[in-house]
Amino acid sequence: MLEISWLAIALTIAAASTPLLLAAAGELVVERAGVLNLGLEGMMLMGAVIGFIVKVESGSWFVACLAAACVGALFSQAFAFFVLTLRANQVAAGLALTILGGGLAAVLGAGYVGVSLAPMPRIPVVGSELHPWLGLLEHSPLFWLGLLVVVGVQWFLFHSRAGLVLRAVGDSHDSAHALGYSVLKVRALAIAFGGAMAGLGGAYLSLVHTPLWSEGMTAGRGWIALALVVFAFWRPWRLLFGTFFFASVTILEIYAQGFSLAVPPQFFAMLPYLATIAILVFLSSAYWRGRSDAPAALGKTFAPPY
Amino acid sequence: MTAVQKSFHFLRSGLWAFSATCLLAASFLVAMALVGTADAQEKTKVGFVYVGPIGDHGWTHAHDVGRRALEEEFGSGVETTFLESVPEGADAEGAIRRLANEGHDVIFTTSFGYMNPTLKVAREFPDIRFEHATGYKRSDNVSTYSIRFYEGRYIQGVIAGHMTQSNAIGYVAAFPIPEVMRGINAFLLGARSVNPEVTLHLVWVNTWFDPGKERDAAQSLIDRGADIIAQHTDSAAPLQVASENGVFAFGQASDMRAFAPRAQLSASVNSWGPYYVARVQAAKDGSWESQDTWGGLKSGMLTMAEYANMPDEVKAAARTAEQGIRDGSVAIWKGPLVDTDGTEHLAAGLELSDQALLGMAWALEGVQGAP
Repeated sequence: MLEISWLAIALTIAAASTPLLLAAAGELVVERAGVLNLGLEGMMLMGAVIGFIVKVESGSWFVACLAAACVGALFSQAFAFFVLTLRANQVAAGLALTILGGGLAAVLGAGYVGVSLAPMPRIPVVGSELHPWLGLLEHSPLFWLGLLVVVGVQWFLFHSRAGLVLRAVGDSHDSAHALGYSVLKVRALAIAFGGAMAGLGGAYLSLVHTPLWSEGMTAGRGWIALALVVFAFWRPWRLLFGTFFFASVTILEIYAQGFSLAVPPQFFAMLPYLATIAILVFLSSAYWRGRSDAPAALGKTFAPPY
Repeated sequence: MTAVQKSFHFLRSGLWAFSATCLLAASFLVAMALVGTADAQEKTKVGFVYVGPIGDHGWTHAHDVGRRALEEEFGSGVETTFLESVPEGADAEGAIRRLANEGHDVIFTTSFGYMNPTLKVAREFPDIRFEHATGYKRSDNVSTYSIRFYEGRYIQGVIAGHMTQSNAIGYVAAFPIPEVMRGINAFLLGARSVNPEVTLHLVWVNTWFDPGKERDAAQSLIDRGADIIAQHTDSAAPLQVASENGVFAFGQASDMRAFAPRAQLSASVNSWGPYYVARVQAAKDGSWESQDTWGGLKSGMLTMAEYANMPDEVKAAARTAEQGIRDGSVAIWKGPLVDTDGTEHLAAGLELSDQALLGMAWALEGVQGAP
């Protein structure tokens, strides 16, 4: 057997991290606005199926990605209607969105099971044949988009006025309301952004990673993205680190089996979850309560005091 | 009360009204269903519990093809129901009990992990016939049935042994249970029967269905030099990756040629239909008895997808192996069989019993990455 090239591993890690990065960056903004949307998995599946269908029918990668993002955003507004307008419980509504999304995507995609696509081409790097390490920069456009989104979210949240308003809404909706900001509008927009990103993350799976449509093909990635937001303490830079950590561990779980290490692969499989639990315990300790970046109004229903 | 508040109140009361309407509609449907069953006494109700979605294009899809074969055979004489993506273990009990409570006459539970829940529910419903796939525990009203999938794996091994140039074959494996170990060992025996240099490299993904992870596993095997990919997981992702990398692969449980027309060499295709028809017929005419069925190529429960993307002499070798297994002239499990630790499990000149096959927990020497 040949030596495993680190280059190949790095490229696989980048590929595995992309859907998580997109979905988690969107959810981070949603949670910063004080809304917990557990419907990531459903929105990702909707994005995956619509992206796939549109690609098959139109042939355009761009239109397919755009459609996936739009469907994610639209679908998330069903959740927004329940939690914002009807003031339903966010946990219940989010779970309902996951279940609905999974089922709806299965129905929509029924005619596309067994159809196969060529994967979306990577962006070529000039001169990559000169040095193999330049090959490290050859990724799918969606990977670069994911990085851009994280940079954009960091800038938006901490360097723009609109981001300040969004964080204010997420920390104390009553104060933001008293200052004259429309809490519901800000939250609806944040939820739409989260939906669009989740849709794109799903489309990455069905268009790039495994170019096929299969029911439930996200296989729990929405839940991992959700854990990543906590893991990142609601900070975009840490999200970047956390996503690569998660992806590296899952990929090493696979590649390590070729190194004949004494560590069982199941150990790697549980590592990210152990880390998340450790962080949750840490966050709930007396020292960190009130000092962490967790949005203070996260998960709370806003009823405007007229 | 402001206009906004009023509109909120309107929406909320609207929601209540909507829920109440739904409830009424649901009870009406239930009543209709009860009347319906009273009408058609001779109709046999058959329930299926699936572990994955019917659109998985693999394991569950193959069972659903079997279910549809039932409907085709009996027409209005059967009514079939299925519950898909039912998790294995304790959760399955609720799903099986639900089908039992709804008055199904025969219930097929189609995954190994439904074994204990099936037996438990079966004790409470002695008049219902249960059929559990791939298990080994039976009772008066629980039969077991399975396919000798390993026969197909052996043929895949024969093909792979001929086709490989690196002599390294990659195998994406789900869980180290006897079913999977049999497949791995049979594959290697098939490959070594034509090419003694072959080694089989495993990657365990610890899931039956996760296209992304299966893809990454197959990619890692190709990165390590494997030029043929076999899989014991349910999605078509490994096949697709093989196609992308210009290497060959085998489909799983169904013909997956559509996903990789130039990469799929063949696939073992599970054909449950004939068994389902026979068992429902037995339930209808009262001859149903608890039994254990383990059919393979000979009984038609296993078929091979078209041999493709290989030279004619390899096709001929595959057909010879297939015919040999069918007529018994090819014995897959003949000694000596030595595992990765050097322990001999079978001496030269002997053949492994079904009992030993059912409990297989070891991997043959030549398998790398055994648990």
